[in-house]
Amino acid sequence: MGARIVILGGGTGGTLAANRLRRVLHDDVQIVVVDQDDAHVYQPGLLFVPFGLAHLDEIVRPRQRQLHRGIGYRQVAVDRVDLDTERVWLNDGTALEYDVLVVATGAVLVPEETEGLTGPGWMEKVFTFYTPEGATRLHDALEWFDGGRLVVDVIDMPIKCPVAPLEFCFLADWYLKELGVRDRVELTYVTPLDGAFTKPVASAALAGLLDEKGVELVTEFNAGEVDGPGGRLISYDGREVAFDLAVVVPLHSGAPYVGRSPGLGDELNFVPTDEHTLQAKARSNVFVIGDAANVPASKAGSVTHFEGEVLVENIRRFLAGRPLDATYDGHANCFIETGFHKALLIDFNYDTEPLPGHFPGTVGLPLLKESHLNHLGKLMFQWFYWHSLLAGRDVPGIGSAMPERGKHEEPASS
Amino acid sequence: MPTATYAGRSVTVNDEGFFEDPDQWTEEMAPEMARAQGIAELTDEHWRVIKFMRAEYAEKGTGPTVRVLGKTSGVSVKELYELFPKGPAKVAAKIAGIPKPRGCI
Repeated sequence: MGARIVILGGGTGGTLAANRLRRVLHDDVQIVVVDQDDAHVYQPGLLFVPFGLAHLDEIVRPRQRQLHRGIGYRQVAVDRVDLDTERVWLNDGTALEYDVLVVATGAVLVPEETEGLTGPGWMEKVFTFYTPEGATRLHDALEWFDGGRLVVDVIDMPIKCPVAPLEFCFLADWYLKELGVRDRVELTYVTPLDGAFTKPVASAALAGLLDEKGVELVTEFNAGEVDGPGGRLISYDGREVAFDLAVVVPLHSGAPYVGRSPGLGDELNFVPTDEHTLQAKARSNVFVIGDAANVPASKAGSVTHFEGEVLVENIRRFLAGRPLDATYDGHANCFIETGFHKALLIDFNYDTEPLPGHFPGTVGLPLLKESHLNHLGKLMFQWFYWHSLLAGRDVPGIGSAMPERGKHEEPASS
Repeated sequence: MPTATYAGRSVTVNDEGFFEDPDQWTEEMAPEMARAQGIAELTDEHWRVIKFMRAEYAEKGTGPTVRVLGKTSGVSVKELYELFPKGPAKVAAKIAGIPKPRGCI
């Protein structure tokens, strides 16, 4: 009998890992994907829903249909993983035995961990666009919003797609101008970081854009409490930001079953993972892809995509008893929508911060600079996601390692 | 690399005053560093957090974020802010002589 591979999670990472593994492994290797529901959300699309630029029926598809032939699918929630007996216990009381386990269950939102956030006012004047329901409710609220204080707040890192809340500010500026009410709105971006973004060169560029668009930037604000009825964000050190409409990115954790699986996760239920091989620290036959891992890379679809190649190669090596390939470099690549049909592109890895230049070579899409071409790239990406990325195909000319060519080295300011 | 002098010994710090090498730190340096952060006296609770920060760094190679501190140190986030009003993760890391906690990206 061939090896049994169990993949937990049928989102970006689980799907592309399953499809890539199916292609390279013998037919006698069993591959089963487990997920608790059948809604595969194209998460970058959620950003556009509040502004009426995307609808849920365009960005949600069935999970199983994204999996190639020869891959099993179980729609059931995971209760826990028993690393010692190499079994995944499912909520229906049955268990799946594995030779290799892939953890691809991403991150979940835990808004209830912030005092008051899900209390009175939640989904009435306090929203998040990080869930399909929240993005839809926010769309309805924005249609009625014709003036006042609109505050976008990140509670704390890590979050999925750290540029998304900035993009929300840029798109809100555009949207409110289109509606002719921008001059009646105070737009504020509130972050726990000490700048607009984590990496110095990109942080300065993005802070410049916020300023250009009249978005006030409040930094080092660790929100400890949200007072919906009173319209206040209150930080742990006693500062307050007043709002009429708040768009909040709640705290994130790993999937709850990770916490019920002794030895698998850390205190936030993310899985400690070797940042170059993607093997879990807990066991040699457990691998991790995407947001579920605690690697020091952005929680983003592009990271998951670039991890896919190394993950699949290492599972193949593990099954063959060969040493692993430690080549994942933390490569991330993000389009940042800036409104008015323009976007920035950033490309970086563990060691190189986002720099200006061009991608993927000396000729190509402009990096860290607004352009219409990048906006078209962002729009085109959804087609690419469903048809190419999930299928586990490579993009011609774009490998998983970050390209050095085309980048302008600038001394980092830190 | 800039240097700073605490308890009469010269140590290597980064631009923001975080230690580059935690082995250069001694407990005698902490009170002076705390005063520079507006903390007049280090209580047992402060020390509990400082020692926890150093243990976490030794084990994981980076200091914990305030959220992780709140979940694992036995001191709630609210109390952490009372102890280190200017931001527990950064200030406690600085006083504990460990490098600046690696930001999440």
